[in-house]
Amino acid sequence: MTVTTTDDTPVTEVPRSSGTRLVERVFRMRELAVLAVFLVMIAVTQAGNSEFLSEQGIKDLLLNATILVLVATGQSLVVLTRNVDLSVGSTLGISAFAAGTWLHGGGNAVVAVLLAVLLGIGFGLLNGLLVSLGQVPALVVTLGTLYIIRGVDSIWVGARQITAADLPGGFVDFGSGGISAVPWPASIALVVLVVTAYYLRHFGSGRELYALGSNPEAARLAGIPVRRRILTAYTVCGALAGLAGAMYLARFGNVDSGTGNGYELTVVSAVVVGGIAFTGGSGGVYGAALGALLLTSVNSVLPALGVSSVWVLAINGVLLLLAIAVDRIVALRVAAALKKKSAPRRTAMAKEKAGA
Amino acid sequence: MTHPPDTGPAPVLALKGVSKSFGAVRALRDVSLELLPGEVHALAGENGAGKSTLIKTLAGVHRPDAGQVLLDGEPVVFHGPGDARDAGIAVIYQEPTLFPDLSIAENIFMGRQPRRALGRIDHKATRAATAALMRRLGVGLDPDRPARGLSIADQQIVEIAKALSFDARVLIMDEPTAALTGSEVARLFGVVRTLREQGTAVLFISHRLEEIFRICQKVTTLRDGTRIASETLDKMTEDDLVRRMVGRELAELYPERRAQTGDVALGVRRLTREGVFTDVSFEVRRGEIVGLAGLVGAGRTEVARAVFGIDRWDAGEVEVAGRRLPKGAPSAAMAAGLALVPEDRRAQGLVMDLSIERNIGLTGLRTTARAGLMDRGAERSRSLDWAVRLQVKYARIADAVSTLSGGNQQKVVLAKWLATGPKVLIVDEPTRGIDVGTKAEVHRLLAELAADGVAVLMISSDLPEILGMADRVLVMHEGRISAEIPRADATEESVLAAATGRAAA
Repeated sequence: MTVTTTDDTPVTEVPRSSGTRLVERVFRMRELAVLAVFLVMIAVTQAGNSEFLSEQGIKDLLLNATILVLVATGQSLVVLTRNVDLSVGSTLGISAFAAGTWLHGGGNAVVAVLLAVLLGIGFGLLNGLLVSLGQVPALVVTLGTLYIIRGVDSIWVGARQITAADLPGGFVDFGSGGISAVPWPASIALVVLVVTAYYLRHFGSGRELYALGSNPEAARLAGIPVRRRILTAYTVCGALAGLAGAMYLARFGNVDSGTGNGYELTVVSAVVVGGIAFTGGSGGVYGAALGALLLTSVNSVLPALGVSSVWVLAINGVLLLLAIAVDRIVALRVAAALKKKSAPRRTAMAKEKAGA
Repeated sequence: MTHPPDTGPAPVLALKGVSKSFGAVRALRDVSLELLPGEVHALAGENGAGKSTLIKTLAGVHRPDAGQVLLDGEPVVFHGPGDARDAGIAVIYQEPTLFPDLSIAENIFMGRQPRRALGRIDHKATRAATAALMRRLGVGLDPDRPARGLSIADQQIVEIAKALSFDARVLIMDEPTAALTGSEVARLFGVVRTLREQGTAVLFISHRLEEIFRICQKVTTLRDGTRIASETLDKMTEDDLVRRMVGRELAELYPERRAQTGDVALGVRRLTREGVFTDVSFEVRRGEIVGLAGLVGAGRTEVARAVFGIDRWDAGEVEVAGRRLPKGAPSAAMAAGLALVPEDRRAQGLVMDLSIERNIGLTGLRTTARAGLMDRGAERSRSLDWAVRLQVKYARIADAVSTLSGGNQQKVVLAKWLATGPKVLIVDEPTRGIDVGTKAEVHRLLAELAADGVAVLMISSDLPEILGMADRVLVMHEGRISAEIPRADATEESVLAAATGRAAA
């Protein structure tokens, strides 16, 4: 048996702070690592193709990332609570078409965006209610709503299509215009991101999302309103998927019944690559946004380097596995380091809950 | 049954005539208890005496069937753990419930963080308050450190800090020292003493008698759900306390048997698993029943798991009928003739949703298969045969085992392993939570097996069972074999003495 070297008198402040610094460093490192990979990739591409980082090039990078950043931010809230929302792609598609239809009928652009967001909120509420009340795994529930929303979308849209010609010019300009290289939609995504990050860090209910994902049972015992928090996470996730739908419409101007198909998997990849633990409780939205930026940039980098874009998916997959592997290794290292600093004897005994 | 004179302080929290039953089991019968401010009160009793039920009643997890919970003399009804907490009752369970990803400060103040304008969390104040709590407890835990990787002792400190943070007036600690080292226990006791001086009422549960005498002023003893006594400790000896805890007559009759022991069937030599058990050596002969006694957490189950190959061991060796077993290989253990009936039958012994037939059949998938395919007919007849031999009470052999009573489930687990024709049978708490009738049947069955030449190692926390069944008693204490007592010398006192680490009998 290992024996502690500490005696009866309590240790004051000595070794623990280094444990804290280690952990903080690791978490910051995790996000910095994604940023570093991203920057290296951009630098290499720029070296190979000096046109890559033109004003239009940067604009394209940001525009491509915008939609994914929005949806990934929402998804992060859900994943932090140890749940997942697979219906975001379907929600994005149907919201985009709804907004498009409204604009095609001569509606106001602001109302169109609100409409998309409201639709997203509706589907988010539905998911949240099913998951929090149903006691059914979120993976299965949202797989169900993925198909339901997509099905409703297909029935409603049919073979119709909305093209940029159907939309008011101002709306399309909004989708690509902006302050120098920063497009309007990207600014919106940035604001959403910063607000969400601030909320998660500085508000009780935000911290409770982490608590919930970290140890659901302890959360219940701590008196956290578990159902309400899960409902909130899904609602925000839905709302952001709806907003992303409106941005999609503005950016591409082209929506049909297949829009957003399979997008949920890209979103989940971005979240995981960005360092949010799929088992909940750890990570941050900035990481998820960086993950989204990295994944979408691969799309632009390959053509710029003259590599066929058929490689995009494979590279995304490698990034995903790499991220998970890194997380696993880092987690083991951190656990070992923390354990060395405090626990001399955490034995299997504790598992026994015998007695009366 | 003495009542304190009216001059003393009034109890903060009390139970009056509380009874609680779970199905047919009466866990508490007409139990009263008074917790006074500035006093550490011990709750003593054997496993199954009703201690946990009593704690959970105070903590608002269970509601009493009869009797009252009194807070400051007024009857209260707790609708859940939250109500009890709001009333100033903090419970520290054996295994603390923390958020591993969050910092110590967040763990303590989750849901109750100090706020700034607009409802934002005041991180600085949270951290400062945590640091102040840590100073008050005299420990150097960094408020920003995540809870992941904290030792059990430190986790308990965090839980105590949580209790302090909402000014708990009653602190209930359920075997807080079970997983602690000596110095960690000393630190914990320092904290408890400070709290006592500050007027907190403490209810302390421990199996370690010397700890009760070290830290407590009063003790309430429970036996079979009934309160035996509530008294001050200063005039008592450990032997008095043991007598109150175990002083019952053997309620059940154990089968008459004369051991015909043969060769060594199971030999365990110097087996060690770091941090779990150390230098464990014993042997079990054919036809012998060896009892393995000890307190919860002494490492008995862990030894059994290692012997069977579920966990690896770091040093030592295991032999079955003279053949050495490789470490960490249950299939090799099974092939050598070893069978393990685990402690937790629902989680480890059975596939609850599968039929009786399939569950018994699981250990015979290799032997009853033909050309690699399952032979359902052979499986059914093998299962039926054993179900009948063990008198399992069921409607149809194809029913899910989840439909059976606890006792019959246990018989199915036994059948599953006996069907392998084991040379050595390890049973871990074979009769926990099953009714008296079935219990006697299990005992009879174990005696028959031994008579047929099977070597039986029986882990049990039920002292009468150990004394009634075993030819020899091995006692474990904190990961080591602390005594080996032949049947003739085995008494409740001698076993309990060895199990609590007092001078071995």
